[in-house]
Amino acid sequence: MSDKKKTQVEEINRNMYDIRNPEEYSYKTQGLTEDVIREISAQKNEPQWMLDFRLHALEVYEQLEMPSWGPSLHELDMDKIATYVKPKTDMKRSWDDVPEDIKNTFDALGIPQAEKESLSGVGAQYDSEVVYHSIKEDLKKQGVIYTDFESAVRDYGDIVKKYFMKCVPVTEHKFVALHGAIWSGGSFVYVPKGVQVDIPLQSYFRLNAPGAGQFEHTLIIVDEGASLHFIEGCSAPKYNEINLHAGCVELYVKENARLRYSTIENWSKNMLNLNTKKAIVEKNGKIEWVTGSFGSKISMLYPMSVLKGDNSKSEYTGISFAGHGQNLDTGLKVAHIGKNTSSVMNAKSISKDGGACTFRSSVKVTPGATGAKSSLSCESLMLDDISRSDTIPANEIETDDVVFSHEAKIGAISDQTIFYLMTRGISEEEARAMIVRGFASPISKELPLEYAVEMNRLINLELEGSIG
Amino acid sequence: MSENLLKITNLHVKAGNKEILKGLNLSMNKGEIHVIMGPNGAGKSTLANAIFNNPIYTRTEGDIELDGENINDLKTDERARKGIFMSFQSPEEIPGISVTNFLKSAKTAITGEPVKIFAFKKEIENNMKELNMKEEYASRDLNVGFSGGEKKKDEILQMLTLNPKLAILDETDSGLDVDAIRTVSKGIKMFHNDQNGVLIITHGTKILENLHVDYVHVLVDGKIIKTSTGDLAKTIEQEGYEKYKNMAQHVDDAEKEESANV
Repeated sequence: MSDKKKTQVEEINRNMYDIRNPEEYSYKTQGLTEDVIREISAQKNEPQWMLDFRLHALEVYEQLEMPSWGPSLHELDMDKIATYVKPKTDMKRSWDDVPEDIKNTFDALGIPQAEKESLSGVGAQYDSEVVYHSIKEDLKKQGVIYTDFESAVRDYGDIVKKYFMKCVPVTEHKFVALHGAIWSGGSFVYVPKGVQVDIPLQSYFRLNAPGAGQFEHTLIIVDEGASLHFIEGCSAPKYNEINLHAGCVELYVKENARLRYSTIENWSKNMLNLNTKKAIVEKNGKIEWVTGSFGSKISMLYPMSVLKGDNSKSEYTGISFAGHGQNLDTGLKVAHIGKNTSSVMNAKSISKDGGACTFRSSVKVTPGATGAKSSLSCESLMLDDISRSDTIPANEIETDDVVFSHEAKIGAISDQTIFYLMTRGISEEEARAMIVRGFASPISKELPLEYAVEMNRLINLELEGSIG
Repeated sequence: MSENLLKITNLHVKAGNKEILKGLNLSMNKGEIHVIMGPNGAGKSTLANAIFNNPIYTRTEGDIELDGENINDLKTDERARKGIFMSFQSPEEIPGISVTNFLKSAKTAITGEPVKIFAFKKEIENNMKELNMKEEYASRDLNVGFSGGEKKKDEILQMLTLNPKLAILDETDSGLDVDAIRTVSKGIKMFHNDQNGVLIITHGTKILENLHVDYVHVLVDGKIIKTSTGDLAKTIEQEGYEKYKNMAQHVDDAEKEESANV
């Protein structure tokens, strides 16, 4: 793995994402009923408040309608989704203790290697539960908390209770309510005042069970003057059944704090990825979203920055890549509330083989948000004429004192550009990959080296054999 | 004894349904510099692009040989790997790929071997200095936001780096100021040796000033109608193409007569 990461792009091995372990579990629930929720809660040995919360979320879920816009979700049948799949292991603090087949999967994905080389903490979730968690000793000494969400509910109940689903209330939309009812796994991070976590933490979510759902909850609090880079990665092997991912990410960026939240998502193409992410940013704080969306059959994912404090900032850098049979509906929401807030968005999308990319941006500047600045840029690249790309801006500006710009560009790869590269000895396939990598480079530049290489590799994987 | 580098025999090339090259012959030896001149629309750029199998054009008849090998059926990238290079009139912009990284990829593709990074970077640095290119261009995206002159210099930089057997310069001097033309000319001089050949398509003679030109070909209406030594370029620059256009007409008429008689 580490050797391969050093080479730029030549090594292509799709197999590592497609490792399918036999479906082994110690406990599993199917569908969504009050009984199922009581079971999950009992399995987790949860406090009463959490069970009550789940049951309330279920009620909300039943009242809310399916989204009336975006890609069709008619294939989703909640009765068929395995809502909770507990792997045959408890959470371990050492890779050696993780069962062999699960450990092999994470080995193949390069997680333990990355942990040694470039991370200060790792969480690894397999189906519904976190199977491994670690954090460097020195961070622990500085008071940084990084743990699986079940432990957080147990050990840091007061903080969790204060913040859990307050940033993203269960009433926000149907799949958030679903998440609230059956969430399982995920990470809790607390960075105390003034602590700079220079080396990233990473959580990796792996869904192995066919027809299952993954509903991890991520709650991160970066306290005043602190900083953190958090990376989430996700993947799953390909099955014929529909899988569902409805995670929820809640980020609290306090005064003068900074959080970079990076995602490399490579779900298999039978996944409905209906994830919800939101950050609340206080005075002088900054949230940076870096997102690479490659997988899934359908994605509906629109991270939101709430720029609550004066001078708070949001930066979004994201790319999505839709191939055959994929509909990636993504976007960004920003609410400018404090004074002199700023948001910058740089979104790119690539579609090929009939894939569809839609990018929705929604910027709201409230009447009090004087001095707000917002700059949005969307660029799409279509690799053939059967693919789709749409940009849908929706902006609500309620104050005059605003600097706002929106730019959208849609392009294709011209034959003459390919010809130019080929006159330099570069093959047609590599020429295309080079153009696409170049197009994606403003995003890969934002990622730590290993992940940039990973993203280039994913691009090459997607383009492999695309020349007829 | 000089060896043959490029041999084009009876080349017919179409763009869409329109025939542009109508039986062109050209032969060049290693160590030589040839110049192609001709009025607009005569087929000069078509010739350059046809040698490289640009998909816009279709070869309907004739042969192209490089170094004694027929390359009719080779793809563009294969031709490049055989040692052909072309400097474009309008070089493409490639966002997100730096000049250095692009040169590295191209060099690797051409030689089939990974480059030695340090020596390679040094070489690029030196060549850039020779071509009066600012150092910062090495890390800029390929041709993105470059001025016309910078783009052309970058083409010459690529030529020096890739070190082909045959370099075709398609109006590299057009639109350049005097200093930039001198720089391009200097680049050609740096590149040229007795083992390679340069085919310069141009309207002017400035680019040729410090070069020893072996032959000048006049291309009119899809054919080479006159070949002479280097001095011809000067004459053409002064007198224009008018009399050659008439010559082409005569050639056509003669051919028509000939075929009518058959």
